[in-house]
Amino acid sequence: MARGGWFRKQSRNGASVASVPDGLWSKCPRCGEISFARDVERNLNICPKCEYHHLITADQRIMLTCDEGSFTEMDTGISSINPLAFPDYDDKLNVDRTKTGRKDAIVTGLGAIDGNRVYIGIAEFGFRAGSMGGAVGEKIVRLFETALSEKTPVVLFTASGGARMQEGLLSLMQMAKTSAATAKLDQARIPYIVVITHPTTGGVFASYAALGDIIIAEPGATVGLAGRRVGNQDMGVKLPEDFQTSEFQYRCGMVDQIVHRKEVRSTLGKLLMFLSEAPVYAK
Amino acid sequence: MLNNPLDFEKPISELDDLINEFKNATKEPQMRADAETKGIDIEQQIAELETKRDALMQQIFSNLTPWNEVQMARHKDRPYTLDYIRAIFEDFMELHGDRTNADDPAIVGGFARFNGEPVVVLGHQKARDLKERQLRNFGSARPSGFRKALRLMKLAEKFSRPLIIFIDTPAAEANLRAEEEGISSTIAICLREMSVLRTPIIVIVIGEGGSGGALGIAVGDAVLMLEHAIYSVIPPEGCAAILWSDRSRAPEAAAALKLTAKHAAEFGLIDEVIYEPVGGAHRDHPQIAESVKSAVTRHLDGIKRLSEEELIDRRYQKFREMGRWEDTDFTSAVVHVTNSE
Repeated sequence: MARGGWFRKQSRNGASVASVPDGLWSKCPRCGEISFARDVERNLNICPKCEYHHLITADQRIMLTCDEGSFTEMDTGISSINPLAFPDYDDKLNVDRTKTGRKDAIVTGLGAIDGNRVYIGIAEFGFRAGSMGGAVGEKIVRLFETALSEKTPVVLFTASGGARMQEGLLSLMQMAKTSAATAKLDQARIPYIVVITHPTTGGVFASYAALGDIIIAEPGATVGLAGRRVGNQDMGVKLPEDFQTSEFQYRCGMVDQIVHRKEVRSTLGKLLMFLSEAPVYAK
Repeated sequence: MLNNPLDFEKPISELDDLINEFKNATKEPQMRADAETKGIDIEQQIAELETKRDALMQQIFSNLTPWNEVQMARHKDRPYTLDYIRAIFEDFMELHGDRTNADDPAIVGGFARFNGEPVVVLGHQKARDLKERQLRNFGSARPSGFRKALRLMKLAEKFSRPLIIFIDTPAAEANLRAEEEGISSTIAICLREMSVLRTPIIVIVIGEGGSGGALGIAVGDAVLMLEHAIYSVIPPEGCAAILWSDRSRAPEAAAALKLTAKHAAEFGLIDEVIYEPVGGAHRDHPQIAESVKSAVTRHLDGIKRLSEEELIDRRYQKFREMGRWEDTDFTSAVVHVTNSE
């Protein structure tokens, strides 16, 4: 499997958090270890010392996950507007468009994972912290609806700060819009798998990210409703060290498995295979 | 008349007090006699003061800022869910418990009759005195509250009872325990299940529509909103903290978020604004209850005529169409990403 060159693609949108400018050295935000950026990248952007899973771009995720050359992007023209005329929002959108080379915070399309044909959505965290506004909601629903009409499974990689504040109530409604579409997948018995990556919070964790038939999470990801500081904790309550992480959510029953980035692809392959097998009894 | 006047209501409240003093005076023979000998017509004085107050009220309330609307939505004298249930419904029988581990007092609900017809009614419940406010968790529902709500919704579906739901919450509870008990997952499940619930759902935002905590029980066939209610993706204080690291700039954030009923209607996110008496719902509970009742009756009559299939399709489409974006790629050209060298 010649996937060795995927990391070179990242310069296209330059959103890799792992790399310092010029890309020679990389400092781990968790353990502080300084490594050769190339070593980190070769290690799927995982810190060689502490196993910290760095944020990666949607392109990098596609390369890691999909069978070579199998991914075809859809709905590439959909992008956010500024319906509320929210201060500075247009500028922020433009900055992120330049920074990531993306029109909005999610990439959707058709691909294959270990030979399984599948509709895939991947959050682009570098774009407005992966937040869900009208464009993201629309792209997700179109992904679900296309998968529904073709009776094809869906895999969603989430990474999001939640609903996009600058689109006000319009963005809150994307929670209802996307969740309603998952109900259609349920009724049609279409497999829907969620892969939670760092960070998945707010209105995204409280809608489609929590509704997968199967939910797996990369280790150490931040996962929760309100941030550690935002939630109002009761007096005297000591938060566990791992509050609002993948491990915390796994312990609380919100996640099926914590899967190391190196195993995500094969895990998805196995799940898709398992879910698409014909039933053993006649209906 | 106002127990907890807001700053901008104080001139009105002062006139209210004065009017009340005069009214009390008319009840005392000694005072009446006094006034008569001095040639003062108390009734006329009262009428003049009332005219003055009403004009002042009209003036103040036609110039409310978005922040004033936030204050109004959170007003401590504002009628809450149980006030509406008592005023509009008959035979309310409260039902309790999520059938898992708790009963959340922040959400109330049960069977009732609406215009004589059996329905299920539920909503967030705030409270006025400190002890009850704590009991109700200030209207912030925990996972068990959403589970109870969903349980009542399923009951409504099973027995073909229309659902009438009142929204009034600052936000969902998000503390350690709520996270442990799956607050996000529970809200998500409510959103999904409401979208396919086979019974009519009428939602009325009566006060604060606080983000996911509100929407979690607000996926309705008709969503109505009181004139001085708010509905927002984030509390203005939280928005100000994120944008400017300064919660005191909440009034600016309130303006930017366009969280008023008028805006929600403009964006097509609600079906009707229910107008309040001048001065706000809290000045005349019976009148606002009547307005809510007639709006709910009207919407329910229309929605009840739909078949279950039509109902579900229509609800899906309603939320499906929410959101604004642009598509610069009508030709649906595809971009190919390859991972070959």
